[in-house]
Amino acid sequence: MASSPVISIKAEPLFRLGELVVTNSLFLSWITALLLIAAGLVLWLSLKPVPGFLQNFFELVLEKTLEFMDTIIGNRRQSEKYLPIVLTIFLFVLTANWLGLMPGVGSVGLREHGHLVPLLRAPTADLNFTIALAVISLIFINIAGLVALGWKRHMSRFFNFSNPVMSFVGFLELVSEFVKIVSFSFRLFGNVFAGEVLLVIIGFLVPYVVPLPFLLMEFFVGIVQAFIFAMLTLVFIALAVSHEEAH
Amino acid sequence: MELLAIGLIMGLGTLGPAIAIGLIGSRSADAIGRNPEASSKIQTAMILALAFAEAIAIYALVIALIVKFV
Repeated sequence: MASSPVISIKAEPLFRLGELVVTNSLFLSWITALLLIAAGLVLWLSLKPVPGFLQNFFELVLEKTLEFMDTIIGNRRQSEKYLPIVLTIFLFVLTANWLGLMPGVGSVGLREHGHLVPLLRAPTADLNFTIALAVISLIFINIAGLVALGWKRHMSRFFNFSNPVMSFVGFLELVSEFVKIVSFSFRLFGNVFAGEVLLVIIGFLVPYVVPLPFLLMEFFVGIVQAFIFAMLTLVFIALAVSHEEAH
Repeated sequence: MELLAIGLIMGLGTLGPAIAIGLIGSRSADAIGRNPEASSKIQTAMILALAFAEAIAIYALVIALIVKFV
């Protein structure tokens, strides 16, 4: 019987760049970012009044995303204001999830200490990546609230000393901001890492044919989790930006 | 002993979220049936609530994974 698969929650380090330890998931996240930047540059440099196939496709994506954001935020101007962060989060997480399913990711690597250290690993299966993304989302949500409402009204959501009940509500809101970081990051990490573990175990048990439906499920989980991360960011931005004083 | 813990974490931890997701799905299906015009608003609210409910199950999963592999 072959040795059992080794699954590690931590991403394995590959090499060091001075003080920075580069892990296999950091490496693949760089590749993801480069891929998206390259696609963006290619599209930007080849913009035409009568769009070709790729430009047409991305214009469709843009239109549909703006329509969807309109239903949540309410007006087109504000949707356009917050489109970059929402669509960037969606595309980045989507590409990272899908690249984590590519053949060779998690399976091709170096042999160290008796077990395999993969050269590439899904970026979103690393808690560092998801926590970083969650922190970025939260910081942006609060900055959007500050810019739209002004310092006083935004802070009055958390520090409201008019009566004891509102003070407590404000304190709960503050705690819930930090809990959002945990919930965003663990939702994405849990879904993708569990999918990875599932694929490894199924591949270990029955390598032929049986992993196919699980790969399909992971494909959809990738889309759904990217969509949920972006949509929750959008919803919290809408809440932060529209906070009424009578609340 | 650890295996027992892992089994219990997953079994008990997904009980609540499963019921919650079922309730969310059934209530939103009712609401859409009652008022098909508001269907896209209901759908958005449903997906949002579904994400929050599923996140609880994911917390349980992460703890189980930590117990197993760390």
